Amino acid sequence: MYPSRFAYDAPTTVAEAVAILDRNGGEAKVLAGGQSLVPMLKLRFASPERLVDINNIKALDYHRLDPDGTLRIGALCRHEDLEFSEIIKDSHPTLAQAAALVADPIVRTRGTFVGSVCHADPQGDWAATMIALDGRIVAQGPNGRREIAMRDFVSGPFTNALAYNELAVEAVIPPAKGKAVGGYLKLERRVGDFATASVAVALDMNGDVVTRAGCALAGVGGKTIDANEAISVLVGKTLTAESIEAAAEAIADAADPRTDHRGSADYKRHIVKTFVTRILSGIARSEQKAA
Amino acid sequence: MTSLYEEVPAEVPANVPTRRVTVTVNGEKRTVDVEPRLLLAHMLRQALQLTGTHTGCDTTNCGACTVLFDGRPIKSCTMLAVQADGHDVETVEGLATASELHPIQEGFKQEHGLQCGYCTPGMMMASKALLERNPNPTEDEIRWALSGNLCRCTGYQNIVKSVMWAAEKMRAEEAE
Repeated sequence: MYPSRFAYDAPTTVAEAVAILDRNGGEAKVLAGGQSLVPMLKLRFASPERLVDINNIKALDYHRLDPDGTLRIGALCRHEDLEFSEIIKDSHPTLAQAAALVADPIVRTRGTFVGSVCHADPQGDWAATMIALDGRIVAQGPNGRREIAMRDFVSGPFTNALAYNELAVEAVIPPAKGKAVGGYLKLERRVGDFATASVAVALDMNGDVVTRAGCALAGVGGKTIDANEAISVLVGKTLTAESIEAAAEAIADAADPRTDHRGSADYKRHIVKTFVTRILSGIARSEQKAA
Repeated sequence: MTSLYEEVPAEVPANVPTRRVTVTVNGEKRTVDVEPRLLLAHMLRQALQLTGTHTGCDTTNCGACTVLFDGRPIKSCTMLAVQADGHDVETVEGLATASELHPIQEGFKQEHGLQCGYCTPGMMMASKALLERNPNPTEDEIRWALSGNLCRCTGYQNIVKSVMWAAEKMRAEEAE
């Protein structure tokens, strides 16, 4: 299989890339890691007239913590950069755990965090973590930059809120209010398959009290499920068997799974509940140990 | 030699725009004119006649086409040849010298790490990337590193043993 013909540009600056997108009025597509786009080109699900390869824009290859704890992930930060990152290992457990579960190890050397979020696959791992962590996408267009909250960024399956002449240059994760804890669990039939169900949980803790709670689910609905409201039952509480049970119930109710070859709807909902309980109990245990 | 899926000709019709790319392949600088849509796997196999890199699933699943790109493993069916311009690519042909197999190849031979051999070039390149970062991997670490490479013959057991064998040999050579 091979893609249909396209013109190709490989700019070295963001301004140049945005100018090319602007000139081509919606007929150009951005190529970052290419681990979703190239297969789509080969299957001819996508046939853009022009590809704007951003891999030579070295200024986008970073992930870093601001002094206030804000995490910034540049558009060329690869999945494996986060998987092996010393920066996020302790400060962002939800992201660190998800990083090792994205696709397979070889896809992870190439695919990018921001590209994956832009691709807006309802099964995507990073979109779930972004919702749970209340992340934002920074878009640069011809008239400057704007920030788009993750909950507004994905407008539908494989559709995002970027204008044709905007480039997603960075993902921003706001600092935790207190200590950041959390986790990411995914059930897949084999490495690289789409998730049967996956759960992202991100909590901010002040002592043993939850001050902010975020949760999102993938694989159990037509889009990434925003379960932030469901998990908010934990805010102001400590993690006990009772509060964990209540949160797990509420989150499982927020799931909207369908029966398919990966399992029945009931089974997937059960997995969601089990995973939430597992992540929250794990946090409770390690908090007890630390205290 | 041309398989069903390799239909983008390495020689491009005169009216189609091409790009000149220079890629260091197995230590040697190679310059090719390619259409932007040519995949790296096809450039290696057709333009450069390096047919050791196999295309298996052609859908980013199987890892048979794995090569090293600036030292890291990538699926060459999922990268455009133009993207390799100015970069370093290592294929399975780069492992052995004229007189000697690479320890990874020797390991696959000693431990029967292949049957049909289709997945083997990708397995070996993924193994090389692992051993460069982790010269003394556990069985779990090997299984993790090869989890993006599919084998339909061996059941993986002997592939894991082969990589163990190679790791030991490479550590011994390092110690000498």
